[in-house]
Amino acid sequence: MSTAAPLLPPADWRDFLALTKPRVMTLVVFTGLCGMLAAPVRIDPVIGFTAILCIALGAGAAGALNQWYEADLDAAMRRTQKRPLPDGRMDRQAALHFGVGLGAFSVILMGLAVNLTAAAILTASILFYVLVYTVWLKRRTPQNIVIGGAAGAFPPLIGWAAATGGVAWLPVLLFLLVFLWTPPHFWALALFVKTDYAAAGVPMLPVVAGEKATRRSIGIYTVYMALAALAPWPLRLAGWIYGGTSLVLTMVFVAMALKVAIRTQAPDDAMKPEKALFSYSILYLFLLFGALVADRWVLP
Amino acid sequence: MKNDDLVRSRQRGRAMVMGLLLGALVLLIFAITISKIKLGMH
Repeated sequence: MSTAAPLLPPADWRDFLALTKPRVMTLVVFTGLCGMLAAPVRIDPVIGFTAILCIALGAGAAGALNQWYEADLDAAMRRTQKRPLPDGRMDRQAALHFGVGLGAFSVILMGLAVNLTAAAILTASILFYVLVYTVWLKRRTPQNIVIGGAAGAFPPLIGWAAATGGVAWLPVLLFLLVFLWTPPHFWALALFVKTDYAAAGVPMLPVVAGEKATRRSIGIYTVYMALAALAPWPLRLAGWIYGGTSLVLTMVFVAMALKVAIRTQAPDDAMKPEKALFSYSILYLFLLFGALVADRWVLP
Repeated sequence: MKNDDLVRSRQRGRAMVMGLLLGALVLLIFAITISKIKLGMH
């Protein structure tokens, strides 16, 4: 008797698009673009567009491979069970081929059209997200998001490298900023979808160490993140537009994070401060990087 | 029969998107080539 899985009809093209996690890609593309525009040299518009396209395709490839590997986890979580693989709309093999093909294409195009430094960092970011975060850390340690956060921090570095062909202190600080922003951002989410992660057996911090330790960690990482966010101005790597904006935005972030850090969850808690912190953290990164670009392009 | 229709419509959709993407890629490679030639002239 055969035990082969039933043949699925070919997936719709929209399912391939969904596999690339377009919403996550928005932030990745934006920070990559800002890293490029913050560089002290002007890049040819076509080459710049190609670099951003490669960053988007690379992020899409990483997202697709992540969903290929985590189809079982996604099926167990309400937030992700309507994705193409757990919902049975796509064959796993197709997702794997799509992810590998898209990733290889993005790196080759970046190397040929832009430069090898940007292509090398793009490769590192895809491999880091897929191998280090998805395959190695996510199911093994509650620190998964801390180390794995580095994958999402690469785009400003890639954007800068695309424009200049090298790396400097400012994009390294931007890398550090996104790296340190990721834990409070994700743990705020993890606090209000804790039951989902627990059901899937993912050792997220609130599941393993408890709510109190997670709240304390959000507070600690927010302080480190604030230092990284404020550093470019005193270090003369950015001007007053970035300096003033980062000061105001970071103070609001710190206030919201501290509120989350010191409170305890009541029964039937709507988790409003955690949801507010999660939403604000996304806006924060958009505005902060926007201010950096404004700073570079407005100030003489 | 219904399944055949579904398969055909998905194949049609994918072929259309693939065609558009390949067309866009040709234009992009052309634009990159022109930009590289211009950059080489400076």
